[in-house]
Amino acid sequence: MKELKIKKTSINGQSFKPPNGLELPISHRGKQIAKSMLWRRIREKSISAFFLTNGLIAIVILLGIFSLLFIEAFPAIRKIGLMAFISKSNWNPTSFVKESYGILSMVVSTLMVTFGALLISVPVGIGCAAYLADVASPRVREVAKPIVEILAGIPSVVIGFLGIVLVGPLLGKLFGISNGLNAVNGSVLLSVMSLPTIISISEDAIVSVPQEFKNASLALGANKWQTLIRVTLPSALSGIIAAIMLGMGRAIGETMTVLMACGNAPAMPHSFLDSVRTMTATIAIELGETVQGDIHYRSLFVIGFILFLMTFLVNLISDMVLQRFQKRGL
Amino acid sequence: MNWRKINEKMGFMLLRLAFLVVIFILVFILYDIFSKGAGVINWEFITSKPRKGMTEGGIWPAIVGTFWVSMVTIIFAVPIGMFTAIYLNEYASQGRLIRMIRLAIRNLSGVPSIVYGLFGFALFVLMLNLRLSVISAGLTLGLLTLPWTITASEEALKTVPMSYREGALALGATKWQTIRTNVLPYAVPGMLTGTILGLARAAGETAPILFTGAAFFWPFLPKFPKVLFTQFMALPYHLFIMSTQHHEIVKVRPIAYGTALILIMLVLSMNILAIWIRYRFRKKYKRV
Repeated sequence: MKELKIKKTSINGQSFKPPNGLELPISHRGKQIAKSMLWRRIREKSISAFFLTNGLIAIVILLGIFSLLFIEAFPAIRKIGLMAFISKSNWNPTSFVKESYGILSMVVSTLMVTFGALLISVPVGIGCAAYLADVASPRVREVAKPIVEILAGIPSVVIGFLGIVLVGPLLGKLFGISNGLNAVNGSVLLSVMSLPTIISISEDAIVSVPQEFKNASLALGANKWQTLIRVTLPSALSGIIAAIMLGMGRAIGETMTVLMACGNAPAMPHSFLDSVRTMTATIAIELGETVQGDIHYRSLFVIGFILFLMTFLVNLISDMVLQRFQKRGL
Repeated sequence: MNWRKINEKMGFMLLRLAFLVVIFILVFILYDIFSKGAGVINWEFITSKPRKGMTEGGIWPAIVGTFWVSMVTIIFAVPIGMFTAIYLNEYASQGRLIRMIRLAIRNLSGVPSIVYGLFGFALFVLMLNLRLSVISAGLTLGLLTLPWTITASEEALKTVPMSYREGALALGATKWQTIRTNVLPYAVPGMLTGTILGLARAAGETAPILFTGAAFFWPFLPKFPKVLFTQFMALPYHLFIMSTQHHEIVKVRPIAYGTALILIMLVLSMNILAIWIRYRFRKKYKRV
């Protein structure tokens, strides 16, 4: 606020200075208010700047992860070459004769286990979501929500443990193999891990399909099942795809369950009953044994970097799909 | 009954089946852990240290370790998460920057936990020279929980009606005064819920603490400030080594089950606490 003290004024073009004592000063209280207003504005500005800085932290962390992984990985990429990493399947960084750093078998293992997990979790997850969104009574839905949350909250290490003590022996009996620590086991466990994500997001998508769509279909004589399959689910498709992608991202990045239940044989898998070692498991197993800064250590960061890019891509795509879904006004 | 009706019946039955499968999985997991772990747990198992090459004794150091790591995680992640949420929901106007921030948050929540582990190892353990310690592990888990805390806090802020803010602003309050007196008090319980849920997940995470401080066997329990700078045992990591790395794997299986049960009970009770707070909050909120 500007000070309003009248010092000089003009009357009829003649300048006029009020004599002493006739000044029209702003009161003491007025000055106080002006001062406090100024102070208030400074305080507000700095508080909002403080919150802005905090808001930027997420971007800083994401860029930080990206660049630190890249910095740690770069010397290995330069020495060995990115193509050599990706195109070869021989991983033997501690060999005395000749070290090899091909990660193809791990990438294949990761994709295989993820794919197997989705084979189970997609039908079950979407079925469950459709049931909750379209069929279940509100009371069942009220109860189901915390149940899905609790399933999401079960630590991955516990699920991996059950893979060892329950799923493994079961698979061993079923297929007549000595131990059940293989890709199937990993897929089963990962499907449990990715179920909550798939359920909750596709349920949201199915619920948000406008009632008019369904009414129109019902009015044309379709029954509830036909409406669900031909109208509701297709309308919610992009949301469901996003849910599957997010579940896939979780499965790709999951470490403990696959580390514990897949057997960790570092070779190219030929069938789902082979023991496999995923990218995440390799990092978990080997980082502790490396000498900090050597090529082995750095090549693990290369794996981490590629893993980061893979999940980043999957998330980005699901994000774009979801944005489009929301924009369409559904 | 024509085929359409049969079709419909069968279809809905399949959906119900999918739902029952999910329920069954959860019940089965809980039942197995509870039935096999309950026999192991007693006062001694909880409060004593592992003995005889970890084939006997309890898991007290792992419980304490998990406690301290969680404390560091809270102290790091909760304020930042809340402030970011306040920025996103109260201060920011729609625009490019906000879209970028939201995109970053969503992507952060999709980054694999092992990648957080690598990052924490490179940044906290090596670069900032915090060594293998509770601090390094807690900060790594803090980064991991940050996107969840932000999202949950934002959800809580969104539930506060716009009219609360408008009322305060119309009376001449500044933005910050409005937030402090008319928004935060109503949003805090919701924020608390999200925080507890995030913390429960962090407490069960293993991959990020593998290289940032969790130790195979570390029965020492120093006093408060010192404990933050030493290695530690943690419940999830303890379960991991008891089920895969121990030399007498079959003999220690009961201990593994006991550890799994304690871990699950810890996570479950935090989940239930969070759900209860949310429930209470909703009820109270309706009266306002």
